Amino acid sequence: MKTKRIAFLGLFVALAFVLSYIEFMLPLNIGIPGAKIGIANLAVMVTLYTVGERDAIVLSIIRVVLVGLTFGNLSMMMYSLAGAALSLFAMLIAKRISKLSMTGVSVLGGVFHNVGQIIVAMLVLETKSLFYYLPFLIIVGTITGVVIGIVSSLITERVKKSMQF
Amino acid sequence: MKKNDIILIAITLVVALACFIGTRIWQKSNTDEDAVAVVTIDGDIYGEFPLSEDIVERIEFPDGSFNVLTVSEGYADVTEASCPDQICVHHNHIRYSGESIVCLPNKLVVEVKGGEDNGIDGSTY
Repeated sequence: MKTKRIAFLGLFVALAFVLSYIEFMLPLNIGIPGAKIGIANLAVMVTLYTVGERDAIVLSIIRVVLVGLTFGNLSMMMYSLAGAALSLFAMLIAKRISKLSMTGVSVLGGVFHNVGQIIVAMLVLETKSLFYYLPFLIIVGTITGVVIGIVSSLITERVKKSMQF
Repeated sequence: MKKNDIILIAITLVVALACFIGTRIWQKSNTDEDAVAVVTIDGDIYGEFPLSEDIVERIEFPDGSFNVLTVSEGYADVTEASCPDQICVHHNHIRYSGESIVCLPNKLVVEVKGGEDNGIDGSTY
């Protein structure tokens, strides 16, 4: 059982890495700093709902470090680490309260990912003016969150059917 | 999707709208004739450019990267940049106090400040 879990986690780290790469190649170019489609969150969401919470945290950290080292620079890694940490924290709480389906949890994840990035950017760049992007970041996070949530609940259903942890 | 999800989505959209309206009202009431575009790099002020004068300023960084700031017809805009994502270039031009264009890779911020009425803000630097 443990071997299966390790194999699954390795598979999903690779998947999250590739999804991040796709996201890097297709940036959401709408003129808002920090806005992300967040397709890598698919892998995190599915892990969160199949293997478990601890593995989702591990997966998130490994993904951010890998992607930061490969495609970004140190400051970009810092932004995405803050985004990933805040978003995962929000998703874990939402999942434990269990009033929301995967779509709702994913919406919270998307919104907090964007908000976390912009908060770190505000601290690093020492400017309050980034606050004006907040409404747009919330809206973008909500829309992508809904889509990611629906897709990941479809995937989770199928993964659960074919595998037991 | 559950009913709670719909409620959550509605709440986030309302919060976004409230933030948007609030900041817009503040921006409009704080912008006057003397508005300037303030350029900061990594938190340090690089320069101030009045929006009433048309200029093109090429901002170079020690590592070879650059951003080009263009001020014309009362708007400030980043028209060229070396960064990979080009978010700052695609960003709309700005004119209201508090609006900004940010280039995260180059740690550059172009921000509009309202002018004389914003004396208190100005003195905090």
